[in-house]
Amino acid sequence: MGHAWAAARPDIPLARAHAAVKIPGCQMGAPSGTIPRVGDTACIPSAVSAVPATTVTSRHSALVRVTHWITTLCFFALLVTGAEIVISHPRFYWGETGNVLTTPLFKIPIPSSRSLVPTGYGYVLPDQNGWSRALHFQSAWIVVLTGSLYVIWGLVTGHFRKGLLPAKSDLSWRGISSVIANHLRFIRPSEGDAWSYNVLQRLTYLFVIFVLFPLVIWTGLAMSPAFVSAFPATVTLLGGRQTARTLHFFITLALTLFLLVHVALVALAGFRSRMRAMVTGQADHTRRAHE
Amino acid sequence: MSNLSRRKLIYTGLAAAAGVSGLSVAASLAHKCGLVPPDHGGLYGLGETLTYASQRLLTRHSFAREFSRSQISERPMANEIAPLSEPFKRLQAGGFADWRLTVDGMVDRPASFSLDQLKSYPSRSQITELSCEEGWTYIAEWIGVPLSHVLNLVGTHPQARYVVYFSIEPYWWESIDMADAMHPQTFLTYGMNGDVLPVGNGGPLRLRLPRQLGYKSVKFITHLTVTDSMKKFGKGLGSASPEGGYAWYAGI
Repeated sequence: MGHAWAAARPDIPLARAHAAVKIPGCQMGAPSGTIPRVGDTACIPSAVSAVPATTVTSRHSALVRVTHWITTLCFFALLVTGAEIVISHPRFYWGETGNVLTTPLFKIPIPSSRSLVPTGYGYVLPDQNGWSRALHFQSAWIVVLTGSLYVIWGLVTGHFRKGLLPAKSDLSWRGISSVIANHLRFIRPSEGDAWSYNVLQRLTYLFVIFVLFPLVIWTGLAMSPAFVSAFPATVTLLGGRQTARTLHFFITLALTLFLLVHVALVALAGFRSRMRAMVTGQADHTRRAHE
Repeated sequence: MSNLSRRKLIYTGLAAAAGVSGLSVAASLAHKCGLVPPDHGGLYGLGETLTYASQRLLTRHSFAREFSRSQISERPMANEIAPLSEPFKRLQAGGFADWRLTVDGMVDRPASFSLDQLKSYPSRSQITELSCEEGWTYIAEWIGVPLSHVLNLVGTHPQARYVVYFSIEPYWWESIDMADAMHPQTFLTYGMNGDVLPVGNGGPLRLRLPRQLGYKSVKFITHLTVTDSMKKFGKGLGSASPEGGYAWYAGI
């Protein structure tokens, strides 16, 4: 990857060079990319001599940050309310129809909020479907509108082409496997990676944005009796309403897995700096003297 | 720098003003066009209104999917119902011979129909799916008279906006707008799968509304009222469902 990011990302305004004091001695033996912390007693600036700058630059545009956090909020709301709705019937089927009189594809071994569902538990949970459904659909509306804005903006500004589409040279099995190997060995990302996504990140984000989100919306709409009355192919292409419901569940699991890995990797890469980048838009880029 | 931020501020202000005025124009237009549901207030009013308005525009004339005879569920799932009330049991003991459907409100000729009268009108059938909000479904053949036939017999007033329907069971009532009420698939259902409609599935008379979730297809119907406003009914939210936290419009 090298440092081609600077050339590859003409959309990033290299601006606001805040002079931050950096002690060369503190770099010794520190893993690449580690920034000395305030309060690190070994690094009290005793001499302000050679002062390479820590450049603070815009990493994420305002639109990316705002849509990211709205999507985060909506996703949590959708996940919790979706789980509540599943509790009222924790059985999944394949095909058009399914109910307690038919054989399920699988059951989730949890108690239910409906006494009609045979769960093996001797009690029935309180019904939470009313507000869960209302919040589920309201969050769905907000996330669909937010996502549409993001996708249109991304296509118009070239955000996807420049920021997420992997370079052809990176798409080799070798390129991908080296990134995977680095991940497995818990090698922290290099400084350039604070700026740009590696090939695995690019592919994952593209998959989430252009495959998982559209699929979860599609399978959700396929369960709407009114929507499918106008657009029956929405559900017939999937093979039935219960298939749509089951797929909706599995795509949610995939999105949740993405969320967990995403948060874990943010934590590993440097929780504070990555959070700062997605909240304020600014990322640290430490320029080393020998570079 | 300060010039740039001032310009940015002005643009942001203009965009916000345009957004707010655009929204208020859209809101008043939506009210005029009947795109706002009775339960549009509260925390989730935005979502309810967006769903109802967009689906009213998209699905006014669309038909619920109909299935082939071979797709009819072997055992039509009868959802649990609370122990039935004494008035129901009395009518059931008499074989529902005295079951009446009264129709009143904004109609020219208020009327009361027996089941035999309803059965004497042109009978229609549809093989459609019942989708419960819990997630389960079944397909059945539903036999009945289109609600529009009965509404045309009594003659609804031009300013009518909703049809409210009541079960014989207390506190069980719903309402639909005229687009759903006049829809050819909205039935007063008295038969299922070539037989009479079983009590478990809503017999002797159930309002069948296949483009919305099962809870809008109220069982044991005895009373219809045509109205121009839902404010006078219950808490004014459109039906018993929003009073219990569920959406009035259940097309999702």
